[in-house]
Amino acid sequence: MHELSLCRSIVGVVERHADTARVRRVNLQVGQLRQVVPATLTYCWSLVNADTPLGGSELCIESVPARIRCTGCAGTTELDAPVLVCAHCGGTAVQVVAGEEFLITSLELTEA
Amino acid sequence: MGRFHRHDEHGHAHEHGQAHEHGQAHGHGHGADPGDHSGYDTGPERVSVLERIFDENDATAAANRADFEAAGVTVVNLMSSPGAGKTSLLRATLQRLAGGPRIGIVEGDIETSIDADRLAGLGAAVTLVNTGNGFGGECHLDAPMVRSALPRLPLNELDLVIIENVGNLVCPAEFAVGEHSRAMVYSVTEGEDKPLKYPVMFRSADLVVVNKIDLLPHLPFELDAFYRNLRAVNPDAAVVETSVLTGAGIGRWCDWLTGVRR
Repeated sequence: MHELSLCRSIVGVVERHADTARVRRVNLQVGQLRQVVPATLTYCWSLVNADTPLGGSELCIESVPARIRCTGCAGTTELDAPVLVCAHCGGTAVQVVAGEEFLITSLELTEA
Repeated sequence: MGRFHRHDEHGHAHEHGQAHEHGQAHGHGHGADPGDHSGYDTGPERVSVLERIFDENDATAAANRADFEAAGVTVVNLMSSPGAGKTSLLRATLQRLAGGPRIGIVEGDIETSIDADRLAGLGAAVTLVNTGNGFGGECHLDAPMVRSALPRLPLNELDLVIIENVGNLVCPAEFAVGEHSRAMVYSVTEGEDKPLKYPVMFRSADLVVVNKIDLLPHLPFELDAFYRNLRAVNPDAAVVETSVLTGAGIGRWCDWLTGVRR
């Protein structure tokens, strides 16, 4: 699915930041409200980067649980399903405070 | 954003505490001897990036949006699974709004011009984006793809542009293209549980068109259960029930479409 094009976007960011250094590892945060499959993403990463300077680099994904804050009772709920309901009062007027992350946090480099 | 900070110069020893924030022991002794940055060290360096992966797409989406604003065009991103009825709905829309707002359509498809052909001759400016170039074909339109189509649309002569995205309930939801509003077409043949299975798409929609309602008498489909699931993931989306076959709800859909204007 879209993991392939996501990998190409990641490559663009990584190349810009790594300059001439060799990339060993790319650390990502992926929120659980993102429809991104980590295993597919790492598979696509190896596919997209085969025979490129990024070949052999590792994509390391930290999954970020989804959390909402209720605007009614101010309670926070960690979600185990994408159902946006406050666990404390049952309210549906909620804000997503975590779980939508999709970012490159850091790179691990060795000198080329 | 996301500034690169190399550690191979003198005078940046302060950075190394941050570089090891995840407690990884690299064993090359920066802490013990901050003066030893001789360049012989081949251990890994961790550099902070903190860059959102969609930043580049979003920057292009903002450029698209600026072009739409400059031309005074309202843009709606129309998404659905394959076969939910986007193209049929658009045909009915163009027929209903004939003589009204001047409409352009960006038609996204992995291959073929079949859908674009179906929309021809109904008074709209139609341009096709085939996403099939490259690695297996993209399953969505992203902002650069839409940008590539804009020179083929007479934006200054249009009031409304509808972007018919590639039929897919997953990927299009992740990519902003510069639209003012998002509508999705959901058909009652798809099952009540789809909002829970594809929450990103349902959550991102400003309007959900519930299509093919003429089929309800023939299906073991519970509309109430669908609405419960929809509200669980998106309490705020507007809803219009339609049947392209009978014409039910097409007027209300067109009212929403022409009311998106800021």
